[in-house]
Amino acid sequence: MVTRLKETDAVVIGIGWTGSILALELAKAGLNVVGLERGAARRPDKDFATPEIRDELTYAVRQKLVQDPAVETFTMRHESGETALPIRRFGAFLPGMGLGGAGTIWNGLTWRFLPFDHQLRSRIEARYGKSAIPVDMTIADWQMSYDELEPFYERFEKLCGTSGKAGNLRGTRIDGGNIFEGPRQSDYPNRPLTQSQAGALFERAAKSLGYHPYPTPASTISAAYTNPEGAVMGACEYCGHCDRFGCAVNAKASPNASVLPILLQDRHFTLRADSFVTQIVYDKASRKATAVRYVDMNTGQEFEQPAGLIALCSYTFSNTRLMLLSGIGTPYDPQTMTGAVGKNYCYQVTAPQHLFFADEEINPFMATGAHAMNIDDFNGDNFDHEGLGFFGGALIFAGPTHGRPIMGRALPPGTPRWGRAWKQATAQWYNHSFSIHASGASYAHRGNYLDLDPTYRDRLGRPLLRMTYNFRDNDRKLSAYVAEKASGLAKAMNPTVMGPAQPRRGDFDVAPYQSTHNTGGTIMGADPKTSVVNRYLQSWDADNLFILGASVFPQNPAHPPTGAVGALAYWAAQAITTRYLKSPGKLVSA
Amino acid sequence: MVDQTIPRRNFLKGAGVAGTAVAATLSSGLAACADGQTPSAAAAKPATPPSEPLLTLTPGEAAFLSAVYDTFIPADQFSPSGTDCGLVVYIDRQLAGAWGQGARFYRMGPFLPGKPEQGYQLPLTPREYFANGIAAANAWSRKTYGTPFDQLSPADRDAALKTMDGGKAEFVDFNSKRFLETLYQSAMEGFFADPIYGGNRDKVSWKMVNYPGLPATYATKAAEYRGKKVNLSPQSIADLN
Amino acid sequence: MAKTMKHVDAVCVGMGWTGSIMARELTKAGLTVVGLERGANRTPAENFVLPTVRDELKYRLRLDTMLDTSVETITMRHEPGETALPMRRWETFNMGDGLGGSGLHWNGITWRFAPSEFVLRSHLTQRYGKNAIPADVTIQDWGITYDELEPHYDRFEKLCGVSGKAGNLKGQIVEGGNPFEGPRQNEYPNKPLILSQGGAMFMKAAQGLGYHPFQTPASNSSAPYTNPEGLTIGQCQYCGHCEFFGCESNAKASPNVCVLPALMRDSKFELRTDSYVSRLIYDKHARKVTGVVYIDRRTGEEITQTADIVILSAYPFNNTLLLLLAGIGQPYDPHTGKGTVGKNYCYQTIGGVSLFVEEEINPWIGTGTSAASIDDFQADNFDHGGLGFFGGGYICVSGSGGRPIQVRATPPGTPRWGTAWKEANAKWYNHNLSLTSHGCNYAHRNNYLDLDPTYKDAIGRPLVRQTYNYRDNDYKMSAYVTAKAAEIAKAMGAKIVNPPQPRTGNFGATNGQATHHTGGCIMGTDPKTSVVNRYLQNWNASNLFVMGGAVYPQNAGHNPTGTMGALAYWSANAIVNQYLKSPGALVHA
Repeated sequence: MVTRLKETDAVVIGIGWTGSILALELAKAGLNVVGLERGAARRPDKDFATPEIRDELTYAVRQKLVQDPAVETFTMRHESGETALPIRRFGAFLPGMGLGGAGTIWNGLTWRFLPFDHQLRSRIEARYGKSAIPVDMTIADWQMSYDELEPFYERFEKLCGTSGKAGNLRGTRIDGGNIFEGPRQSDYPNRPLTQSQAGALFERAAKSLGYHPYPTPASTISAAYTNPEGAVMGACEYCGHCDRFGCAVNAKASPNASVLPILLQDRHFTLRADSFVTQIVYDKASRKATAVRYVDMNTGQEFEQPAGLIALCSYTFSNTRLMLLSGIGTPYDPQTMTGAVGKNYCYQVTAPQHLFFADEEINPFMATGAHAMNIDDFNGDNFDHEGLGFFGGALIFAGPTHGRPIMGRALPPGTPRWGRAWKQATAQWYNHSFSIHASGASYAHRGNYLDLDPTYRDRLGRPLLRMTYNFRDNDRKLSAYVAEKASGLAKAMNPTVMGPAQPRRGDFDVAPYQSTHNTGGTIMGADPKTSVVNRYLQSWDADNLFILGASVFPQNPAHPPTGAVGALAYWAAQAITTRYLKSPGKLVSA
Repeated sequence: MVDQTIPRRNFLKGAGVAGTAVAATLSSGLAACADGQTPSAAAAKPATPPSEPLLTLTPGEAAFLSAVYDTFIPADQFSPSGTDCGLVVYIDRQLAGAWGQGARFYRMGPFLPGKPEQGYQLPLTPREYFANGIAAANAWSRKTYGTPFDQLSPADRDAALKTMDGGKAEFVDFNSKRFLETLYQSAMEGFFADPIYGGNRDKVSWKMVNYPGLPATYATKAAEYRGKKVNLSPQSIADLN
Repeated sequence: MAKTMKHVDAVCVGMGWTGSIMARELTKAGLTVVGLERGANRTPAENFVLPTVRDELKYRLRLDTMLDTSVETITMRHEPGETALPMRRWETFNMGDGLGGSGLHWNGITWRFAPSEFVLRSHLTQRYGKNAIPADVTIQDWGITYDELEPHYDRFEKLCGVSGKAGNLKGQIVEGGNPFEGPRQNEYPNKPLILSQGGAMFMKAAQGLGYHPFQTPASNSSAPYTNPEGLTIGQCQYCGHCEFFGCESNAKASPNVCVLPALMRDSKFELRTDSYVSRLIYDKHARKVTGVVYIDRRTGEEITQTADIVILSAYPFNNTLLLLLAGIGQPYDPHTGKGTVGKNYCYQTIGGVSLFVEEEINPWIGTGTSAASIDDFQADNFDHGGLGFFGGGYICVSGSGGRPIQVRATPPGTPRWGTAWKEANAKWYNHNLSLTSHGCNYAHRNNYLDLDPTYKDAIGRPLVRQTYNYRDNDYKMSAYVTAKAAEIAKAMGAKIVNPPQPRTGNFGATNGQATHHTGGCIMGTDPKTSVVNRYLQNWNASNLFVMGGAVYPQNAGHNPTGTMGALAYWSANAIVNQYLKSPGALVHA
């Protein structure tokens, strides 16, 4: 039944950020590349046009551009031994689907991780002692330092035309930028966005408390820009429709706006959309991935695409799932702590608080997804953790990302949920509120992992991926600490009414939106026994298989992950084109 | 990218005014906008159905379906054109709703080709099926006639649909005959269904065949009406609500 | 995990016709009964009201009252050895869903089977010789006779208030009725419906050809009526919206109108809707089904309901599925012919002819029950010597409604669209009729049900796999009876008669035929060749009774509902008067 296709040089599974970047780099190197995308071939000019793209019900509430759980979803439980149940509709996180993937519907937040984040375990051990890290906290160092990754962070920022202000230029601290960031070789390609009223209030308060506020590095860009690939981007319109939406003016960097216009014209590249990959064909004896099997979701036909090089560039969950379904590597076992595939699944520990200002016109509808002011004073190891009982920290920020009326209407505590008083409060506060957020790190825990569900299946009959996940002691203590700091900052803004601080308590809940920052499952490391890929994102078990995306993060720092995801894609692409292609084989000997 | 510049309201209005000659919809609609068509010229035309914003169809898809429906149901002494009867609005609402999104259909794999008697086996929802079918039909039309389907002359549209109906239209990776059947079925539904769904405006098809519609309570009339021609003015669900 | 409910005397799985009747009879006998229905609680007054009930698109095309295939469907193939594929949408038949089941959306056609059908194998062997029945035709006797069932037919007709005219009253042939029917003790409870124009033309032509036309027995009541349960049935409005629709005037008999209001008043009965039975709990050692497990769809909870008596009153596919999943009895194997569960799945073999006439037909005045029929070519009412097939069917004239999306025949040669097509619709809509040859479907060795190895339903159970095709007997029978229908069509003075369309080619999941499925849990006299005994009691679990079309050894030419209702009363009678006094096997094999 399976139709075997002609061999190609490389197959890229998933055409989001990492898949499109890698495909372009490989095509530039002269390889014939087939890109397989399970969703539709969406084009900004056709699919994200105004006025329809401003339809909150269709895109934000009904999640039109999000993965369809009727096709594939995940099961969730809190602890090993419990029965996982399927996430029947997405809530806590929203994986993308279709050309561009989650890179189409993101907010454009484009951070570099702190140098500390890259060397997490060794830096903590050095500062707090060898035994400071609890046994269950299975955090690990990344396999490249911040300095090694710096040029690749820069390439991704230039690709996106990121708007921001440097806080550390070649070692010199610059006021108004993030002074905690690692040294950068050049400033952001575009100046910061126009500040919002909320951002101004935050900035003033943060400064008064001695903190170091800076604008969000935003890939919703402040001016028209042509990126190094030649893709032309527009200036942000502050429309307030970033997350869950495509961008009508190509001002939000995305694979669709920033890479695909070039890639799709490259004769070395062939896109096959609606192509749902079911398996990587693995030859254990030769330690090679020989082909990719996929189903054409328009016809139902199954194909096998042989290739010399295979790159797994899908979402965190799908990368892990395909490794498990294909029998590549040893699945992680939390009991024995052996095996690596599925290990160190991490998320993001978020804590919002609503603020109300009777005398400030916030105009929340005039916003971008990356339009906040931020502080890193309580991020990473930028403050002393001695005696706090947790490690890591949070990015604290404020500013509306939108004022879309179905979902964006906070009300002061005590407001009734309906009726005349509710209407009055809604009318009164819609333009006078915003939230302060603490987006906290999620450090790996032995009991948090991914494997295959024994019961539930996707539309093609394959087992769903099962997440065993809960917030752990470190997360809850961290969240309580940073939420209190955020609350202090909020108070300094002098709001008329403050909603309650909401540090992360209780169990992980799949329903309320928190963040789509899922990491781990195919983590990088120095040892094939405890990691899935080496420092070049090359599989330990198949030399010609590379895995890209946040699934390789050993744990999740506080900053949003996309900047690092893009940097790692360039990093791996360079290793492949300059080293692997010359001498195919292991790039790191274990 | 002409279609991006024409607001959809105007497009549909244009299609309505143009009546059967939707071949010229895009260009004439554009011209009408540019000229600021005189009120008297507009008033001379029959009443234009109220324009409706589209929920899911793209402008190109709407143009395709409008051209198909106007071929199936041309404006003549029996009824206005398919578009003017509301068929594009009808199918747009259907495809945007639960049916179009595949609710109540068994959608688990594996997806195997099967025999014709085993019924529909594609992974596509009706909405996706229409999108793929329209794309395939337009690609075939461009290859065969040099233009997308909606820009063909009325005679060529009819010939093209007959080629599909005869199973002779070779679409790439798509069964043209089955797609024709789907289009046809959607036209019959939109034309003859109760007007509450957006088609069969003013109950034109019911009047055409003299189907009296609702409330359909004939206990006292069944004997009296037997074998007689009776003219009852049709009533719809909306009329009785 | 599973919650367990308080033990009851009896539990009914499925609350359509048979479940409602059985629950009513058992509560009357003093038993506590729980009725489990996987679908929603629908009441005519709430769910089927004017004007919205007259929505052809919603009910007929989008199948609003039918089972959701994303929850459960079946897979289909033609022969053993082929790969079965799921019916991804209902295209040829529909399974009902919700309170009342298919009894809510049926047409109301209420036949008794011919006496010879119940003793089919013996009758044919006696008349045509020992070797007359081909080896692959696995028909068998029912283990019950028409005369035994007659009082129960009578009860069901009274329950429904059937409108019709007797043709054989206590052995006396009555003019204007069906002279081929078995002797009945009583006349129909209501007079026949008003005859339609098409019906009148059909009867005249059939009479002219020497046949014996009569008005089809209809559970679309011709007059207001109070049934023996004390429930009131309204008068039929001839609205032409029966099949697929609920009835707003309560004139079409349904469990919801004729049984449930009385049942719901009985404190011994408890209805639980949205309760999806996933499996039976079978104690093989004790040869008992100790209870059922169901999912409460409102909470997702899995609940166990134990009971002394378990009534399987779901649709034939579901009854068979639950037996196969529980391992009750041996699954049928077409290669060896051994095993019984899933055996003798049968359908209905339907042909037809359409004709175009000058008369004003007014097709929008109609009821679900075809106006008039003849039984001259039914069952063994004619000599089959040399014909090469057995069985037959009734021929009837259409009249179930002129709903315009679907019911619009045009003469051959009419284009499919355009002005000429519109002209033909305008011209012929009120001037066409069709005659149907509604034929039997006799069991074939390779037509059966089992569990699909690949596809699963929404709760993870295998789908039922239907291995089915029309066979030699079906094609020949349909050709013969449909040709007779075409002769009548000609005799009706039609201006145009389309070519007759007997059943040819493969069974298709797409070409709209009938929702008459039988077999899979067939009744008989021998545990080796049947699943239930003559009282519908399972051979492998004496407290399990299986209802419905599932127990028919093969399907007759008449519609199945009348017999289904009669068998429910028959089985209820056996339980109340025999089983309860001494629980155990009612028949010793």
